[in-house]
Amino acid sequence: MSSSSNSDIRNFTLNFGPQHPAAHGVLRLILEMDGETIVRADPHIGLLHRATEKLAEQRIYNQSIPYMDRLDYVSMMCNEHAYVMTLEKMLKLEVPERAQYIRVMFDEITRILNHLMWLGTHALDVGAMTVFLYCFREREDLMDLYEAVSGARMHAAYYRPGGVYRDLPDEMPKHKPNRWRNEKDLARQNVGRDGSVLDFIENFTERFPGLVDEYETLLTDNRIWKQRTVDIGVIDPDLAKQLGFTGPMLRGSGIAWDLRKKEPYEVYDKLDFKIPIGVNGDSYDRYLVRIEEMRQSNIIIKQCVDWLRKNPGIVMSTNQKAAPPPRSEMKEGMESLIHHFKYFTEGYSIPKGEAYAAVEHPKGEFGTYIVSDGANKPYRLKIRAPGFAHLAAMDEMVKGHMLADVVTVIGTMDVVFGEIDR
Amino acid sequence: MSLEDSQQERLEEIFEDLFERGALSLTEYLGELTLEVISSEYLSLCKQLQNNADMQMDQLIDLCGVDYSEYSGAVEERYAVVVHLLSTRLNERLRVRVFATDDELPVVESLTDLWKSADWYEREAFDLFGILFAGHNDLRRILTDYNFVGHPFRKDFPVEGNLEMRYDEEQKRVIYEPVTIENRVVTPRVIREDSRYV
Repeated sequence: MSSSSNSDIRNFTLNFGPQHPAAHGVLRLILEMDGETIVRADPHIGLLHRATEKLAEQRIYNQSIPYMDRLDYVSMMCNEHAYVMTLEKMLKLEVPERAQYIRVMFDEITRILNHLMWLGTHALDVGAMTVFLYCFREREDLMDLYEAVSGARMHAAYYRPGGVYRDLPDEMPKHKPNRWRNEKDLARQNVGRDGSVLDFIENFTERFPGLVDEYETLLTDNRIWKQRTVDIGVIDPDLAKQLGFTGPMLRGSGIAWDLRKKEPYEVYDKLDFKIPIGVNGDSYDRYLVRIEEMRQSNIIIKQCVDWLRKNPGIVMSTNQKAAPPPRSEMKEGMESLIHHFKYFTEGYSIPKGEAYAAVEHPKGEFGTYIVSDGANKPYRLKIRAPGFAHLAAMDEMVKGHMLADVVTVIGTMDVVFGEIDR
Repeated sequence: MSLEDSQQERLEEIFEDLFERGALSLTEYLGELTLEVISSEYLSLCKQLQNNADMQMDQLIDLCGVDYSEYSGAVEERYAVVVHLLSTRLNERLRVRVFATDDELPVVESLTDLWKSADWYEREAFDLFGILFAGHNDLRRILTDYNFVGHPFRKDFPVEGNLEMRYDEEQKRVIYEPVTIENRVVTPRVIREDSRYV
């Protein structure tokens, strides 16, 4: 410090991350501090950049679906959804109604999956350890559902252009006995798994509201939780729009904007649910919004289960130029064999043009913009990730707050670096 | 003119003189509207889209660069910036495309004064495509590594990259070397224009 200055106080720069438990992955923050107060925050991102968009240009359209799972790796199927919706739009492909219901159901399962992850880590960052354990208990059930339909716990690649990969299985897989698991544990882990996958989902929807109450008893009226979140990271509605906020970040500021209502895709217009909005636009309001979204998702899942029980049918488009033929036909029919061969080797070409389609992802508006020049590979794929716009507002949100509040703001933004860095 | 008119009609009326001068064109495809504007009118067009009571584009949802150098079709300039706008009040979307006039030094006006969300999107387009944004006050790289050379999303940038990195046991530090991997194309890129796809 220079002795010539008449004050001994000056701003100093603090490095936060890239490896920090509260950084939710690989976020590096350069914080300019005035004592404990933040003057400027400069996030450095890109540490998880894998050039997904460039890689997609090298591959036929279907080969990029698994890449989508790896973008926002806590809400996998919603990412796939935006991508296949853009492809379907450009191919003018109809999706069977049953597949639409399955997609909506899994979108909402994914929303719960994402919000549970967010709630657990957000609470953990702020100092409440227990919530994390409870949230992960329920996530396990939902990941088992992913596994039951697609074979993978996380990176499902379940949505395909024209529908979903396969129909819901008739049997829900069970945990098997082994030497580390006694009878009592096994019985507890296999609750609700005696019937089909739909039975298990129904069982889950009956249990879940009580479980959300459980999280709420830990946090909603908790004095410490409120001290750490109320009035932290306040964003007024106009600023939220300026900053490109979408999803719960926008709704937390009191704007009732939800693509499921405003631009209904799939069968959302046939379902009954409400859109929660915040009042003050602070971290506590966004917490309340997301908690209510979990309850609403649960209601949507229930409606989907009812419909799916009553309406069996196909789950993949029968347009064989853009969707694979059923395996049974492929063994018998020449035509189907050719379609199958062409579909999985060369893929399908998409007519020249461009399109953008977006879904209401758990984090906000997740969209993909595809430019095609008529080839079997995209000419340009741009992924619009909600977290990118949210993290860009970091400086805006933490300015004037204390260092400890940075952690709250990172938590309330629900950042996941898979989608931000792409 | 009222909000009852379709978005297309409103656009045609608001920007009548631009259309007449040939500075602006409007296309509709798959229910999406795309405005293509010359770069000198880009900023003022966006300002009007934001402020005009019949447009009210209050959100910039996305901004990205596109390198048209290998595009099969009539595209004269190489770099374009594509902006996706959203009006939450009118529930309407609009795409705006502007081509940078100079392929060697592509420069486009910055939208950061209109929408704050443009800040990082423009940094990304600069990083990946090397498009410069006039008026952006913090145009640094964002996604690529510190000291990265080149703009990786340009079509002439190899997918496997130019440099690879490893820890050298003798020098006891991380060193950069030319890449040793090769790009392997399993499925060739083909353009089909038969009746199946029309």
